[in-house]
Amino acid sequence: MLSSRPILEINNLSIDFRTKDGAERKVLENFNLRLYEGQRIAVVGESGSGKTVMASSILRLLPEAHSSGEILFKGENLMVATSRRVSEIRGAEIGMTFQDPLSSLNPIMTIGDQVSEVLRIRGVSKKEASDRTVVLLQELGIEDAPNRLNSYPYEFSGGMRQRVLLAMSVIASPSILIADEPTTALDVRVQAQVMATINQFTSKRNLATIFISHDLSVVAGFADYVVVMYAGRVVEEGPVDEIFYRPAHPYTRGLLDSIPSIDQSSEKRLNSIPGVTPEPGHRSSGCVFRDRCDSAQETCSAKAPELLTTGEKHLVRCHFPLLPLSTSRNMG
Amino acid sequence: MSDISYLEAIEVSKVFGRKSRSKIAVDGVSLSVKAGDSIGIVGESGSGKSTMARMLVGLLSPNKGLIAFNGEDVTQLRGKHKSDFRKDVQMVFQDPYASLNPRMKIFDQLAEGPRLYQLYDGELRLKDAIEELFMSVGMSVEHLNRYPREFSGGQRQRICIARALAVQPRILICDEPVSSLDVSIQAQILNLLKDKVSELNLTLIFVAHDLAVVKYLCSSMAVMERGKIVEHGDSNSIFGNPIHGYTKSLLKAIPTPNPIAERERLSLAKVQ
Repeated sequence: MLSSRPILEINNLSIDFRTKDGAERKVLENFNLRLYEGQRIAVVGESGSGKTVMASSILRLLPEAHSSGEILFKGENLMVATSRRVSEIRGAEIGMTFQDPLSSLNPIMTIGDQVSEVLRIRGVSKKEASDRTVVLLQELGIEDAPNRLNSYPYEFSGGMRQRVLLAMSVIASPSILIADEPTTALDVRVQAQVMATINQFTSKRNLATIFISHDLSVVAGFADYVVVMYAGRVVEEGPVDEIFYRPAHPYTRGLLDSIPSIDQSSEKRLNSIPGVTPEPGHRSSGCVFRDRCDSAQETCSAKAPELLTTGEKHLVRCHFPLLPLSTSRNMG
Repeated sequence: MSDISYLEAIEVSKVFGRKSRSKIAVDGVSLSVKAGDSIGIVGESGSGKSTMARMLVGLLSPNKGLIAFNGEDVTQLRGKHKSDFRKDVQMVFQDPYASLNPRMKIFDQLAEGPRLYQLYDGELRLKDAIEELFMSVGMSVEHLNRYPREFSGGQRQRICIARALAVQPRILICDEPVSSLDVSIQAQILNLLKDKVSELNLTLIFVAHDLAVVKYLCSSMAVMERGKIVEHGDSNSIFGNPIHGYTKSLLKAIPTPNPIAERERLSLAKVQ
């Protein structure tokens, strides 16, 4: 159940990087998000959509970025918090896992030490940290956990490493988990197992989750709410069933149509989206998607569409959405 | 279509490493490819599917067994026959960043093969042919004078496909050509491959871990697990009625963009 106040609130977050010659490259523009206790939000988009930059900036992992806006964690603005305070929040309040489990783990440190370190630096005794590590690894599907504590990352398979990474990000009992493409590098059967693990674990702990993915299918069964990003902007967001069964943005529709399905006849051509995502710095004024869009008209190059309501909690940024807009305006 | 196998693997095995630390990547696999076939080789990482592709194209030689092209052992081919094999069997690799020469202009990379096999009478004809081919893969002619670094992953993969097609091959072997691409770009490349295969009457061997992608392009498929083919047959019948447990488990694990079905699947899944 959603409580009335979000535990994480992102307001008007914009991020840009400066190139060597001082030019500004906007990678995220006016991003807004409300995450409630126990809620699961999937942020989906292709490369260059800004999804990872958004996620990393929540924990201030991008020191070289110029950002503006607010990131309110339980009311506290992380954008202006001291680095000491942000360090406290990392892991203990907001945990994060990354895409590539092998490069996120220390190759010369045992699994047990890496997971329990999160507790040790917070003053938990060695014995207790180790006991809690065993319990958690078991819960996350690592068999024979007591004996695996002394193993090194290279001795683990990709799926097992991802579970270890997950253990590191949740062992200090955070209230938010940010998972950045946790299953992308995995084989399909392992991916299914890791998704089941994340699903079961987050339900049991009522852990609010932001799940970043380029793959709509992977998040379909997990997410409550889906945010679709394109070229640094949110183009559509809404409850998961709305996004999948009633997409309002031509980009979302195009992404869904681009996925080959095993149920589909191979005679039918895939409806691919023409063109490529524009790079930061080469993004046209008006609608960023218009160059690739079938329904683009003059208005689309003249002015950028706003994020408007089309249904219950369903927002779309398009001058010619596939569903009618509601009459009352909201959001900027 | 003739009944003679065009390209055939006969009981091939490939072992990597030495003695006690050796690993069997492919273990006594036979596969026959006839003209006009489109065969998918699917499996997870470590199943031996890429090793299989590399042996078929001649980049690796089997430790046991043999690869036959038009009925002849490829290691015994000499002269014209050897050059025919090299020309007729082309490959597109997984990583379009690693498979183009960074110091060579796109035109020269595309022209290298045709020049070697003297496919065109004079540079002018060659230039025309390359330009036409380049446009047919969805690129524009002025890009021929550029270097690979100026292109995105999807464009590079188009270039790699053009390079493979430039020597007018008869068999195209693709090793996970879309797995590193974004979904919207992936669909473009799959459509391009599908068009080229039918337009040029190519025989296709397509290696992938994604079964839906294979089903889209291939009429038959071979499922590999730990170096062996565990199921082989018509794509539609394998998808409709998989026999082997491994194939079943692969099919069951494929996520679909369907929240209702996916929620049910997740709730039934057991955490191992």
